[in-house]
Amino acid sequence: MAEAPSNIDIDYVAGLARIHLTPEEKETFSVQLGDILHYFDKLNHVDVSGIEPTAHAFPAYNIWQEDVAEPAFAPGEALLNAPEQRQNQVVVPKVVEDA
Amino acid sequence: MSEALTFKPAAQLSDMLGRGALSSVELTQAVIDRCDAVDDKVGAFLYRDSEAALAAAKDSDERRHRGEALGPLDGIPVGLKDVICLKGQPLTCASKILERFISPYDATVTSRLKAAGAVLYGKLNMDEFAMGSSTENSGFLKTANPWNLTCIPGGSSGGSAAAVAAGELPLTLGSDTGGSIRQPAALCGVVGMKPTYGLVSRYGLSAYASSLDQIGPFARTVEDVAMILEVIAGHDSRDSTSWKTDIPNYRVQLREGKDSWTIGIPKEYFGEGLDPEVREAVEKAILFYEGRGATLKEISLPHTDLAVSVYYIIATAECSSNLARYDGIRYTSRAENPADGVDLYRKTRGENFGPEVKRRVILGTYVLSSGYYDAYYLRAQKVRTLIRNDFMSEFDAGVDVVLTPTSPTPAFKLGERTDDPLKMYLADIYTICTNLAGLPGISMNCGFNSNGLPIGLQLIGKPFGEADLLKVAHQFDASHDFNEATPEL
Amino acid sequence: MDYEPVIGLEVHVQLKTKTKMFTRVAYQYGEEPNTLTNPVIMGLPGTLPVLNKAAIEQTIRFGLLFGSEVPEISKWDRKNYFYPDNPKNYQLSQYDQPLCVGGSVEIELPGPSRNVMGEHKTIELTRAHLEEDVGKLTHFENDSLVDYNRAGTPLLEIVSEPVLRSPEECVAFLNALRVALSNAGISDCDMEKGQLRCDANVSVRPVGSDILNTRTEMKNLNSVAHVRDAVAYEIQRQTKVYQDGGRVVQETRRWNVDGGFTSSLRSKEHAHDYRYFPDPDLMPVKIPQETKDRLLGDLPELQFDMQRRFMEDYGLPYTLTSVLCPDLPLARFFEAAVAVYNKPRQIANYVANDLLRELAESGNEGEGGMPVSESPASPESIAGLVQLIDDGVISSQIAKAVFAEMFKTGKAPGDIVEAKGLKQSTDTGEIEGICREVIANNPKPVEQFKAGNEKAINALKGQVMKATRGKANPKMLDDLLRKLLGD
Repeated sequence: MAEAPSNIDIDYVAGLARIHLTPEEKETFSVQLGDILHYFDKLNHVDVSGIEPTAHAFPAYNIWQEDVAEPAFAPGEALLNAPEQRQNQVVVPKVVEDA
Repeated sequence: MSEALTFKPAAQLSDMLGRGALSSVELTQAVIDRCDAVDDKVGAFLYRDSEAALAAAKDSDERRHRGEALGPLDGIPVGLKDVICLKGQPLTCASKILERFISPYDATVTSRLKAAGAVLYGKLNMDEFAMGSSTENSGFLKTANPWNLTCIPGGSSGGSAAAVAAGELPLTLGSDTGGSIRQPAALCGVVGMKPTYGLVSRYGLSAYASSLDQIGPFARTVEDVAMILEVIAGHDSRDSTSWKTDIPNYRVQLREGKDSWTIGIPKEYFGEGLDPEVREAVEKAILFYEGRGATLKEISLPHTDLAVSVYYIIATAECSSNLARYDGIRYTSRAENPADGVDLYRKTRGENFGPEVKRRVILGTYVLSSGYYDAYYLRAQKVRTLIRNDFMSEFDAGVDVVLTPTSPTPAFKLGERTDDPLKMYLADIYTICTNLAGLPGISMNCGFNSNGLPIGLQLIGKPFGEADLLKVAHQFDASHDFNEATPEL
Repeated sequence: MDYEPVIGLEVHVQLKTKTKMFTRVAYQYGEEPNTLTNPVIMGLPGTLPVLNKAAIEQTIRFGLLFGSEVPEISKWDRKNYFYPDNPKNYQLSQYDQPLCVGGSVEIELPGPSRNVMGEHKTIELTRAHLEEDVGKLTHFENDSLVDYNRAGTPLLEIVSEPVLRSPEECVAFLNALRVALSNAGISDCDMEKGQLRCDANVSVRPVGSDILNTRTEMKNLNSVAHVRDAVAYEIQRQTKVYQDGGRVVQETRRWNVDGGFTSSLRSKEHAHDYRYFPDPDLMPVKIPQETKDRLLGDLPELQFDMQRRFMEDYGLPYTLTSVLCPDLPLARFFEAAVAVYNKPRQIANYVANDLLRELAESGNEGEGGMPVSESPASPESIAGLVQLIDDGVISSQIAKAVFAEMFKTGKAPGDIVEAKGLKQSTDTGEIEGICREVIANNPKPVEQFKAGNEKAINALKGQVMKATRGKANPKMLDDLLRKLLGD
């Protein structure tokens, strides 16, 4: 495996994470995250060929429920904490079709 | 009088309630008084609703009077780390982004405690979204270590540990993703347990790293831990990772003695970086077990050194996704005057997340971003398998429990490590493997250092081997009086 | 140079389940905003997903229906992107281990006329997977409102290989899917309710070439007509770009319904970085062969298989099969009637014409007629009706009236005929009397017939039928009249 680059395109990643960072934060984080990524390099020296990844601590299958309805939120409960609401809906800044 | 009462183990309080020597209202009032008296110094609580607690206590007393007491926890005050939902009360996760959030539902553990008659009292301070090892990352206040108010209580469940240590509550719940129960338990001199992944439902626990998080108890004694674990453990159909297993009567089983344990001592946990006084106290504990007939076995867990890397890749990746829902849209704080929809997210999250949360979300976003998944996340998951295999092969070879220090050092000073995240991450070095392997772990006090700070002993058990793990821990705990020491506040 | 299009479709179909994909709150269309929600749907802190077994089984049925491989193990992944209609800001989906791999859909292109079968083609599928839908945004002048009722409903995403070659093939593909999915009860595919939405990937290349050129993607096309028009526009646009020596840019384009054109929305440089990873909150599913066998036993015959069988086994013309077979309850009604009385052609005519017409004119307002399952006239009664005609008990003329009565009252045809005295009269004496009267009263047609105008006899027959209220046996009447006129 190639050595992972140990510097982060902080603007790109903060953009993906939707977090505004101040210039000072960008500088500090770049250095700190660089150190941490450098520390992660020790993983590159382990032979993981043929090793299955662990996604769950204990494997289990078919954990599901039958298709039977349970109670929904009472009217108003859904928007109990909404920062802005109108007509029982959440108000958001106008968005363009982007999804 | 009330101070002595609030330092009593929950099992004793439960007996007193059962005998009629104490009412739940008296006990709850004593707890409230104690909190009023010392929490300005300790800072364990983010929220207390004394009225609601007294009302629940009154209900408990009335039940008992009618002969309808619900079990050993009926009438006992229990506090929750503020990452566990309690309907009608705030849930902040110690984050400004949830500053005004009131939970409209109960976590499964909360429902179970209510059904057992527990008096739920208080939401306890923590590192923001459970990210940290010192509770200094709380968005609202610092919690002090009751044994030395200039020291950190550990984290992330620092409030839950400090409240028990300070005699503010007999029982609390915390959550443990990489050591967040065991490390503060060690640093505050109380008992703290992380159950096997899947033993306790995560429904209603705000997720940090979903594949590692577990809820677990803090208490003054191992017996108290057994008592509350019985109530909160067990399958929950709302959590797909909850395991279908019968829950034994842990507390009764404690008394079934067995001295022929094989205790594994991993050499990787006694190397460089271990504080000499911690080593000495832990070695004394090893001698205790030897004296009780246990077989000691030096073992090797060769991939231990990789655990911090694996943990910080998996945990940050999962948290970057888990925390995406805190976005300023449906229920969180919302930034003022955003330029557009995207700016609303960026400002809300930029203004309301603390530095450690931002750091971890950005790191996690990076390791999952296009082109890096295989190099980081997938590789970390594979090394996670190796770490788990280290433990499982020792268990297969006859080891019953693994014994280690909980933390390389006792509590450090407030502010000492805040500028060096990597150094802070290394404080979790002895606790992380347990989460990566999904195993149960318990920490209890095994002595004090020359500065009077508690030292934690960690025992790690087999998957769903809580009954045996508690037995081994109880053997030590019941034979020592460390748990009777109380800090002066 | 001539160009040909290369089109792949991604079709999102809302599965027919009672509750949502990852939590057991009910879903219906058209409820008050944010009432079909719970802590899980709103993405509150601490909430966790739990799979809906019925949705998984419906997806497996889809795979079995179209010959997909249903791998033993399938898992769930998070697709991370921020959007206000996406409560967790990640969508639970399936990335590299979907429930269905491969498979194919048979389509029929329009024939030269309605009565003639069109060309059939096989459209290969890449995969189909299960995911959750998002909420609904309504846009206003200064802001938007979000309703999370739809959020979390189970969506089946069906991805075709890029093997479609025209807008017409896209239409045929969507129609074939709609018919099969609604017949199998997998989805109602009601496009008005947003139950079937489509993304189209389009590129063009010189005819005869096998290269894959740069493609563009049109998202959220929510009617078959929009798919057809957007694809047709995009083919023309790209062809012109190449003919003018230009270059097609990889991008997402929006279909402007009112203007009838596509416009650029987002280029590849700004493509999403979805950061897929396995969802730690959900366990994988493992589908044993027994489950597949059980589900396979419960699948309806596909439309075109059934059409071929109806033409071969019942000798039905294409036109009748093209009415009966897309409508499974109607086809089953037909077969039930044939099982009672083996005259498929006649029965098919009654079912495809008379019954369908009556159904269309009945039922509650706004529901598009009465479903065949509620038809008062049963398969047995239609079989009985055809048999009464065959046995010469009633004329086909009278049968129309009997059918109408059957549909109105649900009574058996024999009872209706009996009660209303509609039996054909075979009383030669009575009819001969009436014939004599008619001949005497209608000298003009009699004269014309005798002068060699064969058709003139029909006027006389009409008069007799009128006088007997249709009960005269037509054959007997013809014989009688000719005999009397020949005298």
